[in-house]
Amino acid sequence: MPQLTRRGFSVLAGASAATLAMPYYARAQGKPKAVVIGGGAGGGTAARYMAKDAGDEMDVTLIEANAMYTTCFFSNLYLGGFRTFESITHGYDTLASNYGITVVNAMADMVDRDAKTVALADGSKVPYDRLIVAPGIDLIYDSVPGYSEAAAEIMPHSWKAGPQTQLLKAKLDAIENGQQIVMVAPPNPYRCPPGPYERVSMFAHMLKSKGLNDSKIVIIDPKPKFSKQALFQEGWDKHYPGMIEWYGPDVHGGIVGVDPSTGEVETDLDIFTGDLVNVIPAQKAGMIAAKAGLTNDSGFCPIDPYSMRSKMDENIFVLGDACIAGDMPKSGFSANSQAKVAAMTIRGDLIDARVFPAKYSNTCWSLIETNDGVKVGAQYAPSDEKIASTSKFISQTGEDAAVRQATYEESIGWYEGITTDIFGA
Amino acid sequence: MGEVHRGKGGPGRDACRTPRARGDRSRASANGAGLAAAFLMAIAGTHGAAAEGGDPGKGEKLYRSCKSCHEIGANARNGVGPHLDGLFGRAAGSLEGFKYSSAMKELGRNGLVWNEFTLDVYLEKPREFVPGTRMSFRGMRDRDDRLHVIAYLKALSVNAPAGPEAAPVLARAEMGAVAMQLDGDAAYGEYLSSECVTCHQMSGRADGIPSIVGWPKDSFIRALFEYKTNIRSHQVMQNMTVNLGNEEIAALAAYFGALDPQ
Repeated sequence: MPQLTRRGFSVLAGASAATLAMPYYARAQGKPKAVVIGGGAGGGTAARYMAKDAGDEMDVTLIEANAMYTTCFFSNLYLGGFRTFESITHGYDTLASNYGITVVNAMADMVDRDAKTVALADGSKVPYDRLIVAPGIDLIYDSVPGYSEAAAEIMPHSWKAGPQTQLLKAKLDAIENGQQIVMVAPPNPYRCPPGPYERVSMFAHMLKSKGLNDSKIVIIDPKPKFSKQALFQEGWDKHYPGMIEWYGPDVHGGIVGVDPSTGEVETDLDIFTGDLVNVIPAQKAGMIAAKAGLTNDSGFCPIDPYSMRSKMDENIFVLGDACIAGDMPKSGFSANSQAKVAAMTIRGDLIDARVFPAKYSNTCWSLIETNDGVKVGAQYAPSDEKIASTSKFISQTGEDAAVRQATYEESIGWYEGITTDIFGA
Repeated sequence: MGEVHRGKGGPGRDACRTPRARGDRSRASANGAGLAAAFLMAIAGTHGAAAEGGDPGKGEKLYRSCKSCHEIGANARNGVGPHLDGLFGRAAGSLEGFKYSSAMKELGRNGLVWNEFTLDVYLEKPREFVPGTRMSFRGMRDRDDRLHVIAYLKALSVNAPAGPEAAPVLARAEMGAVAMQLDGDAAYGEYLSSECVTCHQMSGRADGIPSIVGWPKDSFIRALFEYKTNIRSHQVMQNMTVNLGNEEIAALAAYFGALDPQ
């Protein structure tokens, strides 16, 4: 921590002549500056809470490469025909107009941790007193031999929502009776643990509702088990008997590679051919995190469990999928929860706001078939070692239809709640 | 099933009993020019008759799912929901001292008045009839069930509500009593609330997840303790409350209680 008091420190920073050379959005009138890279569930929430709770005492800038944000959560429901693409796509206008956040529509290219500035792709610099890095994930394409960014145009990953999701939807809608879908599931750790299996459920829902009963879905999984496995498998047996085959590594023996030109997925056991192949490769923190030197050997960013502060730099916080959050899964809900701790800690750092003990939570809903929703969730508390789970729950197999329908309806309410919490109202 | 004069939505026997005046009443409320009234007109055909022929005894049992929020009978007061005394003939959203959603107040201003017919429509699908209502009740699909509840409401709603000076309710030792006596720290509550508003909307809208803004302090505290002790069963809420102590729960009640729904 600086030797100066926080208030004295911010006054000095504001008086610095260097700020006069900054672009318009960087020229603060002596107020402490919080900058957020990434306008997803973590970054959007953090920017909104800092701006909302600090009022005029802080300047908050949000740097986001895209003008519109499509949520990964509920993107499977778009694939299944339960949501429109528009309904899962959000803009940043409200954050700018109702909360006074400076939204910079640009790619953050580099962080100069000594000068405490973020360089944008056009070369301009945004100064910060505290920086939040919430870039989400980058895909490690070559973790699956034969796969690449170019191959993703043929075998979409659709693990970052947007055009990739629309591409997958188009390919799904083009499937004809008797054609086969193959999914290559990702290894741990990855964004949204139940996501691949909810996606397969939505694939099956589409096939079934169109009467494509001779089509099959094969999942080639590098993991021996997966999130909500008993719930998904029960649901698949019930709603889609014989349609979905899941192979763990003890069956397929290992993924040798994929060939986009033939639609083949080769394993030690056999070659599986898909008319639609969805490859979800291994993942790491978004590129800016590594460029800023915030990652460790795992490819993700270690943080202080009590505050979300980077272990590499006390002026930087890392949120969401990019950080190592102990027992918390990589989910939008987790990122939103972590954002509130970071936002509070930064207000404490910069404007002496009250700081309360960190608390974290997560719930992940998944839809298996129309009105058949399930959920898993937990509460977490920081410890010296990690963010640790303190209590948890999961839907039960054999629950009656009314419970499952209520769970699904609850997830719709949650979507309204969390997207308002991220993007404002 | 051969009765040609049967209403589309309800069993024939109810349609037979429909006094002519019921239809006129719904038309009268349409003159209030409110959307709700127009909507009522549009669906009047599907619902056919007003709620008659319900069994108040059966209604009393069904009312149990309403009871934790709505008081009725002698000395009834507002709780999580408005009290239901004098309900029949009351304009929607009109009770003094209760924090209604703006949607409900708007409908009341536009002429929605509670009677057997409007309650029947509302109770079937509350969120569809009043989008933006704070009432987090999914609705009662079975028409007979609705008739029974309405009959029960009608039998009990004649009492005048208690005034502020009414005799105090009998003191009872209850769960959450310690938290109820605390002066909750609203600033702490605001921080803790950030965990709640991921699902429960700050606007007070209930879309599949209940509204929790503007609740009376004791009701809020009681509800959280009921989750904490598994009297109320909901996995997410049981999990959320397991680590909350008296101070946290009182802080949350203080914060949310001071908010007004939009």
